[in-house]
Amino acid sequence: MVRDFSQPNVSTPPAQAWLVLARNPVSAAAFFFVPALAALAVLAPWIAPYDPNATDLDHVLQGPNGSHWFGTDQVGRDVLSRVLVAARLDLAIAVSAVLLSFVVGTVIGGAAALYGGLPDRLTGRLTDVLMTFPLFVVAMAMVAALGNSIQSIVLASALVNLPFFVRLARSEISVLRTQQFVEAARAGGNNERQILFGFMIPNALPMLTVQVSTGLGWAVLNAASLSFIGLGIRPPTAEWGIMVAEGAANILSGFWWLAVFPAMALTLTVLGFNLLGDGLRDVIDVRTRR
Amino acid sequence: MTRNSDIRRFLFRRLLGVLPLLAGVGLFTFILVRVLPGDPAVYYATGPMATQEEIAQVRTTLGLDRPLAEQLARYFKDISVGDLGRSLVTGQLVSSDLRERFPASFELTFVAMLLALSFSIPLGIVAAIRSGSWIDHVIRFIGTLGVSMPAFVAGIILIFIFYFKLGLAPEPIDRIDPFMLKPPAVTGLLMIDCLLAGNFPAFASALARLLLPALTMAIIVVAPLMRMTRASMIAVLTSDFIRTARAAGMGWWKVYVSYGLRNALLPVLTTIGLVVSYQLGANVVVEKVFAWPGVGSYALNSLLATDYAPVQGYVLLMACVYVVINTAVDVLHALVDPRVRIE
Repeated sequence: MVRDFSQPNVSTPPAQAWLVLARNPVSAAAFFFVPALAALAVLAPWIAPYDPNATDLDHVLQGPNGSHWFGTDQVGRDVLSRVLVAARLDLAIAVSAVLLSFVVGTVIGGAAALYGGLPDRLTGRLTDVLMTFPLFVVAMAMVAALGNSIQSIVLASALVNLPFFVRLARSEISVLRTQQFVEAARAGGNNERQILFGFMIPNALPMLTVQVSTGLGWAVLNAASLSFIGLGIRPPTAEWGIMVAEGAANILSGFWWLAVFPAMALTLTVLGFNLLGDGLRDVIDVRTRR
Repeated sequence: MTRNSDIRRFLFRRLLGVLPLLAGVGLFTFILVRVLPGDPAVYYATGPMATQEEIAQVRTTLGLDRPLAEQLARYFKDISVGDLGRSLVTGQLVSSDLRERFPASFELTFVAMLLALSFSIPLGIVAAIRSGSWIDHVIRFIGTLGVSMPAFVAGIILIFIFYFKLGLAPEPIDRIDPFMLKPPAVTGLLMIDCLLAGNFPAFASALARLLLPALTMAIIVVAPLMRMTRASMIAVLTSDFIRTARAAGMGWWKVYVSYGLRNALLPVLTTIGLVVSYQLGANVVVEKVFAWPGVGSYALNSLLATDYAPVQGYVLLMACVYVVINTAVDVLHALVDPRVRIE
């Protein structure tokens, strides 16, 4: 084929995405896995073969079999149904937490970068102080302060992600502020609001999207770890962290399926979000193009 | 400007920067305890049958009836002399509880970091040398898998395999065999104490109990360390002096390790400072899984028992550890790299 050199060789986003995914099958798998997982979570109540909280004392602690694919627990609840329904809860927590920290973090970080001066220094100091604490410990304290509820888990998981969004938004916007196309837009008569929403935020969005994907993984990890140590969501709610905590005691009696399936679901979910984040970074970040 | 005065100026600036950070940390913990549910005066009063007068009296002795600003000043005075209050569960001073339990957490975290580095640096180098190949992808995938696995899942899997299935690991409880004679506590670091006492069976027992929890904490931080090693190795390996070294026909050890790795390690050092914070948080979970008597499980048990003075002391301690480690990392960085010293 003769290449047409009269046109610049532009790589469109879809073409770039295709290139990255073709080169990295693991990322490609994540691009399919995460939407599939989301679909499973949304449809969980209709897909789940049994009522996740229905006990069945005639079928207690059965290993994985034809009618109970993931086995049953000590009161005969179907583990598969519980894992599916828990996906809904864990993902709902993660999505709302990350949305919250995305919006709040971008506004704070963006404003700090735009206004500079005292607000900027104050924001920097506050995120520094927040990052000084192990974030999981902050989340623990927060759940203890706000009480054991899903809302406080969401707030704690949002707080864990917040400093990363603030820092990223701040650095992205402060780089964009000095870019020539922003200068040009200002010279062309756009007002500050148009510049912010028309030029800066669209250009900061790609990297923020990468952070959203990684942040979702963090939030799932954080929420599950909190309920694992006994804070936040309480049994008998179907939640991955609680299921692993309850199943862990039974592992040493040979009933491995109680903990293994929720643990696998948890790990695969976080892995999916992390790989998706990596893949998105490769697609978006021009510097990694080869 | 001489080298020494540069370093001194850097140290001074850096330590000055720590002060507002510590003040912020103190303020945060002060607020934390005030938003935690429950009235401390009720807890400190004689018991559930305490009368209103008794509670009011306790409130006065604790200074809780004073204005907030005065309470804050008193709080800063107390923590500056190491007075962190008393734990209601153990009945001991929080500071002595923490001092007693901190070495267990320190030993665990330190060994975990050594393990993590001994995996991540070689893997990162290999991934950098073979970047883009299937080896690179496999290494990256394994690292991501490690960081995606919650610490409690990793811990439970390790217990299941090495204790339950293979029987290689000892019971995942405590730091040493309960029937083993414990060495006198000199440093509090059990393995060092065993060696000091010349008690080798106890050392072996302590080491065996430490391995699984340390491995658990290592797994979760291998990925960020490895990525940083890989990225900075790639940056170094594409630089001119490496090309020259290669062209001069130097051996691979000289090219990759003597020249390459030495120059690539600085960003890894900085990453250690950041990763430690994540490990300190994961401590709580890992110590729960392995019934490890460190500060993390102490804080968790206190939190669940609504005993907040230990939680506050723990949060303060962790923040200080983080600040100390990161300051040390920065100072080391400045010692090694002159560019950092002169901003």
